[in-house]
Amino acid sequence: MSRVITRIARLWIIPVALVTWEVITRIAEAVYFPPPSTILVRLHELWFSGPFTRAFLTQESIDHLLPSLGRLVLGWGAACAVAVAVGVALGRSAVMYDCVSPLIHFFRSVPPPMMIPIFMTMTGVGTPLQLAAIVFGVVWPVLINSLDGARYVDRKYLETCEAFGVSRVQRVTRVILPAAAPKIFAGLRLSVALALIMMIISEYVGSTEGVGYHMLVAQSQVDIPSMWTAIVILGALGLVLNAAFLRVERRLLTWHRAARTNG
Amino acid sequence: MNRNAVLRGALGVAGFLLVMEVLGRTGVVDPYTLPLVSSILAGAFGLLSDEEFLTGVGITLSSSAAGLLIAVAVAVPSGVVLGTMPAVERAVRPLVEFLRPIPSVALLPLALFLFTVGEQGKIALIVYTSFWAVLINTLYGMRDVDPLAKETLRSFGFGSYDVVRRVSLPSAAPFITTGVRISASVALIVAVSVELMAGGDGIGTFVSDAAAGNRRDLMIAATAWTGLIGLLINSFLAGVERRVFRWHHVQAGEDVT
Repeated sequence: MSRVITRIARLWIIPVALVTWEVITRIAEAVYFPPPSTILVRLHELWFSGPFTRAFLTQESIDHLLPSLGRLVLGWGAACAVAVAVGVALGRSAVMYDCVSPLIHFFRSVPPPMMIPIFMTMTGVGTPLQLAAIVFGVVWPVLINSLDGARYVDRKYLETCEAFGVSRVQRVTRVILPAAAPKIFAGLRLSVALALIMMIISEYVGSTEGVGYHMLVAQSQVDIPSMWTAIVILGALGLVLNAAFLRVERRLLTWHRAARTNG
Repeated sequence: MNRNAVLRGALGVAGFLLVMEVLGRTGVVDPYTLPLVSSILAGAFGLLSDEEFLTGVGITLSSSAAGLLIAVAVAVPSGVVLGTMPAVERAVRPLVEFLRPIPSVALLPLALFLFTVGEQGKIALIVYTSFWAVLINTLYGMRDVDPLAKETLRSFGFGSYDVVRRVSLPSAAPFITTGVRISASVALIVAVSVELMAGGDGIGTFVSDAAAGNRRDLMIAATAWTGLIGLLINSFLAGVERRVFRWHHVQAGEDVT
């Protein structure tokens, strides 16, 4: 209990910053910086003042927030699953690794947003565009990290497997994947941020729904508080995803850190 | 990298291009949707003498560089100051953790309202994004400084300015360089995003114009050039890191937004 309190007490600067922001914006009456209280009220009425039966979501949330989230999760999940599988498979073969490595590093270096106009000529406007954009943003960093992780598995582990006649499947699930996990997780964490960026841009330039589209509409109507609600939602999404990810990573990789500090 | 790896890499690239060309020529992939590799390569070659494209590349790269420089100029001193004052760092930390994961492109409409002249909005967003990676890596570096070295200098009567200059900064330098390398690729991503979303001059605008004119070959060719440029910048900075800081193996994570 007291640990929770000290942890929360460490965050004292957040309310202080919010109050300072409130006071300054009220005094300065800055057009583009509404006070946080105004943003919060707007955030509530626009997105979260729906009926209890719909988990307080408004029609706005159902039309814009849920599609965004759905595409984000679907695109990110599918891209990660494929990239990890392909990466681990390719990483185990030195020849294959050498063959594909320059191509993969090239694709990784293309700023992912550049692909959005290209995808748009192929898919048109709508969900397929968002999915293609998110998948392209996520796939390369995850692939590179899985490749590297699977490539440098300690030889002794594999020789031990051989000596004990461990089956192929078990060798992958019990030895190679865990050994590559720290690297894979580094790639996954990086890709969450990219997925979010790609979601926003593809909705902004090629969609008729989603939080990114909402942002565009608010911007063109010069509805500043409404625009800020989109910023807050997207910021909160980034924060929550990042925190959740660190948590999962910490839990799944405890053994890794334990092994490191003991060794 | 040994010669075999280079040879295999070249084979891989050539094989990929060949397969794509054959797929297009045999009609498996509609050459209208995805132009033939040969026409993309021809387009890429033509872009080298295309005034509009070259100006676009110049503007995108110079605004990325400007944003990155400003970010480094602000983030490194902030990191050093916070690093020498642990109490302040602890207090400010949650604020950093709150602001860092905000996707920079979410701030674009705001930046467009605030900065209406030329590339200012673009540069402002690049500064915001690059700032965090450089700051965090500087903080990592400051934490990694050998306390014994600092104490030694202090006991010889050096002031805190000299301690920072002679011990802390040199030993944090590899971390800072890692932060700059990460920020460089992020800066390019943000620059292109702003151009796609808001127009203005630059390589992103060149691509959306090519899309509007239905020049798919040019669109893909320009994107490929951007990928190559990004690859070169990253390899250059990674090379600097390896060569200059050979004495130091940075273990910093590639944690960025």
